[in-house]
Amino acid sequence: MKLYEFEGKKIFSDFKIPVPRGGLASSVEEACLKALEVGFPCVVKAQVLVGGRGKAGGIRVAKSIDDVKAAASKMFSEGVKGVPVRKVLVEEAVNIVKEYYVSITVDRSVKSYVYLASLEGGVDIEEIAATKPEAIIRVYVDPLIGLRDFHVRRIVDALGFKGDLAKQFDGIVRALYDIMIRYDADLVEINPLALTDKGLLALDSKLTIDDNSLYRHPEFSETLKSDTRDLSPEEVLARDYGFSYVKLDGDIGIIGNGAGLTMASLDLIAHFGGKPANFLDIGGGARAERVKAALKLLLMDERVKAVFINVYGGITRCDEVARGIVEALSEFEVKKPISVRLVGNREEEGGRILKEAGISYFTNDEDAAKHAVKIAYGGV
Amino acid sequence: MPIIVDRNTVLLVQGITGREGSYHTEVMLKYGTRIEAGTSPGKGGMNVSGVPVYNTVKEAIDKHPNINTSIVFVPAPFACDAVYEAIDAGIKRIVVITEGIPLHDELKLISYAKLKGVIIVGPNCPGVISPGERVKVGIMPERSFKPGYIGIVSRSGTLTYEISEALSLAGFGQSTVVGIGGDPITGLDFIDVVEMFFNDVDTRGVVVVGEIGGDAEERLASYIKSVGLRKPIIAFIAGKTAPPGKRMGHAGAIISMGMGSAESKIKAFESVGIPVASTPMQIVELARLKFRWGV
Repeated sequence: MKLYEFEGKKIFSDFKIPVPRGGLASSVEEACLKALEVGFPCVVKAQVLVGGRGKAGGIRVAKSIDDVKAAASKMFSEGVKGVPVRKVLVEEAVNIVKEYYVSITVDRSVKSYVYLASLEGGVDIEEIAATKPEAIIRVYVDPLIGLRDFHVRRIVDALGFKGDLAKQFDGIVRALYDIMIRYDADLVEINPLALTDKGLLALDSKLTIDDNSLYRHPEFSETLKSDTRDLSPEEVLARDYGFSYVKLDGDIGIIGNGAGLTMASLDLIAHFGGKPANFLDIGGGARAERVKAALKLLLMDERVKAVFINVYGGITRCDEVARGIVEALSEFEVKKPISVRLVGNREEEGGRILKEAGISYFTNDEDAAKHAVKIAYGGV
Repeated sequence: MPIIVDRNTVLLVQGITGREGSYHTEVMLKYGTRIEAGTSPGKGGMNVSGVPVYNTVKEAIDKHPNINTSIVFVPAPFACDAVYEAIDAGIKRIVVITEGIPLHDELKLISYAKLKGVIIVGPNCPGVISPGERVKVGIMPERSFKPGYIGIVSRSGTLTYEISEALSLAGFGQSTVVGIGGDPITGLDFIDVVEMFFNDVDTRGVVVVGEIGGDAEERLASYIKSVGLRKPIIAFIAGKTAPPGKRMGHAGAIISMGMGSAESKIKAFESVGIPVASTPMQIVELARLKFRWGV
């Protein structure tokens, strides 16, 4: 679960990481009021979870109340990168002397926490990571010993901080670790961490919470219940059913069981010249009800021209899958061609259920994928 | 001898009274796995498919000192505790089926197990099966597997069954099939398992089923570069069509900052002489080409 900038900054403040003064607004009027409190110049920042927000017009400096009005109304009415904006953060503008980068995350191959820090913070950090990896220092923290003073000293020294700034940065480094542990985060990032005339300030926040840990963080799981968090209607529906669903740009809907098999199904469609409209994994052991819901979700997607269902029944039963397909097709008014591939556990019963409903199916995944591409783009 | 599980495996099932635990205990027993005990706090004294249930691992081991392997079906919030309990009781091989274990807990657990010299398979994995000895410590369906000489190691579940079955039908049975799990942090990784297959006399060729995200495949390629291709390896990588930055189900399957793309993995494999199939079924063709010991 990704947190919005304002949510992350609230946590930063709680852990004594300095952030600019500011306030949250849900309307243009509110944004103007916050701007009057903060003073001018100020910055209006759209609260969206997409990357590259600044370059897409989601961050604007305002010198007057009219500027705030113009910026906020544009954000609220047009959104940023196709994502609607529901809230904006209005903050004091600060004088930036220098921008740093600092974060803590998990290095999966080393199986350890790792701090990443750089003297070259700001919007181009990904490019720096790719072209100048030596400009990013890494300090690993063994999960069995946790953060120690020597780790902190190494990071502080590497960025060359001295005196009061060193002391301030020391506190920020420790706070990042504390936040990581306290909130079960898999990433806590400050980019940029700005050196200003008032010392160091976190100008942005990026926090991702480990989804597997949400059960022990009611503060986030409660939010999720009422908040769609930039998700499309299909994504919200998928989330409610507990499907792994990712919307893509194509026009052939795809349902599979198991993440690996579903990814391979996308690849098969692409291999035979089709464009996958989504990734949808119904998981292991899905009953008819879930299969039905998954299929309906794709049938209601206007972009989808045909659906490819690829199931290998290991724990999942083919008869349940077949029943779900038949029910979805008979109940849902929108008719779209489907190509089914069904093998494994209770394959014969599943096959019989499909045949009785007049639905043909394949046992070979390549044949089924080819057929899906054919029925999607004309033919048959 | 196959790897990790074989005819000497004596199994403990942790979380044996739950829905998954009791179902798979029955299925594993039918397949031929020797299960001597199960645990479930507060359920001591019961039995599941004739297997006695104990409250603690210590008690189970005291009564059944031959137990040398454990499989964990315990729900995510309590799974780490169950694994620590097994490690504490001296079990050296633990297969963790449980999905959804918090990342930070996993990180600490895997580091601790390594320190203690304990092999962890998973978490979030289908387990391990050695068809020639009819030993299964996992949840995979029997039908996909046949005895033979191929070692398979994979990060996914159903895709592994699919590929194993295709190979089985084509006459390429398996010595051992290992699902290492789809989480970002796993106990055994590709290098560990491939190394075991290289050292196993019953394994003549290896199939690696990878997917986007992380750098397990790239690291395997550099390992091969340093030790050489001691046995032929063929591979499949799922996720070629995944756009960068999107999570595809597995917590592991995410591409970020240009790392972990299918392209980079395929390139890494091909550069060390591991051909990569373009579809799951094409694995069979590659097997015919590379595994030429006669079927």
